[in-house]
Amino acid sequence: MNSFLIPGGGASAEPRKQASEQQGDSMKTSATAPGEQPTILSLSKVGKSFGQLRVLKGIDLEVRRSEVVCLIGPSGSGKSTLLRSMAFLEEYDEGQIHIEGKLLGWQETDKGRKRAPQSQINQVRRNVGMVFQQFNLWPHMTALGNVCEALRQVRKLSADEARKRGMAMLDKVGLAHKADNYPAQLSGGQQQRVAIARALAMEPHIMLFDEPTSALDPELVGEVLQVMKTLAKEGMTMVVVTHEMGFAAQVADSVIFLDQGEVVTRGTPRDIFHNATQPRLQQFLQNYLDRNAFWQDGGK
Amino acid sequence: MIFDPTIVTEHLGDIGSGFLVTLGTWSSGVVLGMALGMLIAVAQVFGNSLVRAPLRVFIELIRSTPFLVQLFLIYYGGPSFGLSLDPVPAGILGLGVYGSVYFAEIFRSGFDSVARGQLEAADCLGITRLQCIWRIQVPQMLVIILPALVNMITVLCKETAVLSIITIPELTMVLTGIGSETFAFVETLLMLCIGYLILVELCSRLGMLLETRVGRFMNRQAR
Repeated sequence: MNSFLIPGGGASAEPRKQASEQQGDSMKTSATAPGEQPTILSLSKVGKSFGQLRVLKGIDLEVRRSEVVCLIGPSGSGKSTLLRSMAFLEEYDEGQIHIEGKLLGWQETDKGRKRAPQSQINQVRRNVGMVFQQFNLWPHMTALGNVCEALRQVRKLSADEARKRGMAMLDKVGLAHKADNYPAQLSGGQQQRVAIARALAMEPHIMLFDEPTSALDPELVGEVLQVMKTLAKEGMTMVVVTHEMGFAAQVADSVIFLDQGEVVTRGTPRDIFHNATQPRLQQFLQNYLDRNAFWQDGGK
Repeated sequence: MIFDPTIVTEHLGDIGSGFLVTLGTWSSGVVLGMALGMLIAVAQVFGNSLVRAPLRVFIELIRSTPFLVQLFLIYYGGPSFGLSLDPVPAGILGLGVYGSVYFAEIFRSGFDSVARGQLEAADCLGITRLQCIWRIQVPQMLVIILPALVNMITVLCKETAVLSIITIPELTMVLTGIGSETFAFVETLLMLCIGYLILVELCSRLGMLLETRVGRFMNRQAR
């Protein structure tokens, strides 16, 4: 049997390897079986084309409350497009996405479906938080300003209330002391943590992460993953597109392998990383293993 | 060449009022032009092709015809369309329309300069498009477009000289009038230049002050 689990959990930027592995394991055994939790996000036969290119080919997917789902796959496999569809940043053109039972983005009418009004879209994805690869902070606002903006403009909180909640969120990601700094004054890892705080401030029921560590210097990846692990432990429902196999192995309840716009396989981290049977998945993981296996060859 | 300062001092009252008329028509024209320009830019950036196509035609039309001809069209041609305006309102309208298309192009480039991802982030948080324009795009684009904006405003300042043709008693009309009465062309034309120089200089100084003020967040780097 092939074991594709990358040696040492794989996360080279993870200093507390053993501790988190234990946490990861204990979490999986002690947590309520995902089957008992209600479905919070469901996709059925979701498809999307860019011109001639069909990037998503009928994706079925269910995410239950408190579940952490990692989407992995080669570049161009459609995993980012799939995630962005869940926040309707991409208009999927086939199938349905339901968030807490409500159809996202479209309205069914007699003559087929048409785009729902913006207010309705916002209503449906009100409980969805999104974190981007490029952080997408607003550079003319301080860290606190970034976190408070939607609280003020959308939730209509008073300046005091927004500030209080904003500071609490920054504190949660360990950046209360950087509240008055502008994004340009923060490191990439700090910027991404502010972006996470900004999404968390709206008290989402589900968080979507689109390659949250891919734009970071390797030594800054750990601090962002740590925040995400804490969130997972607190029971946040998360869908994460990632290249961090170590994170997926330790934190995910289920891992989905996408290739060429299709779900090739879905399973527990153990199924995916230890007992891979799909040739395409084996190939994908072998590439990772080859690329990261410098310490194995040291003895040869 | 003899410069006779008495020509200037004798007509100081007229020159002063001409200066004020220039300042008034200029600033009104700028405000009108920027407001129209912002509307055009927003409609272009966020509107569908049904809105964009006629605006494109309007912009090309205004950009490819001389300001003087547009002004004649409004002032002399206006009454045939049921638009009878006094000289000053006609002049301000002319300046505003003329400036609006240039301001619109500047604003449009400004909207394009704010990264799409920032708007997606706002979108995901439920921030409306209007809030997004006002709170996220305009503050950032101001920093980038301010030099171009100040440039266009100073161009409009000098275009006010054309308003003398439709009998608005602004600086150029007053001073060329004094010149042909007294034959002191050098004194009056020199004064005219100085008058515009003061206005333009004031404007660019104000622009530079604003540039440092609004651009502060860009200059702070990581520690």
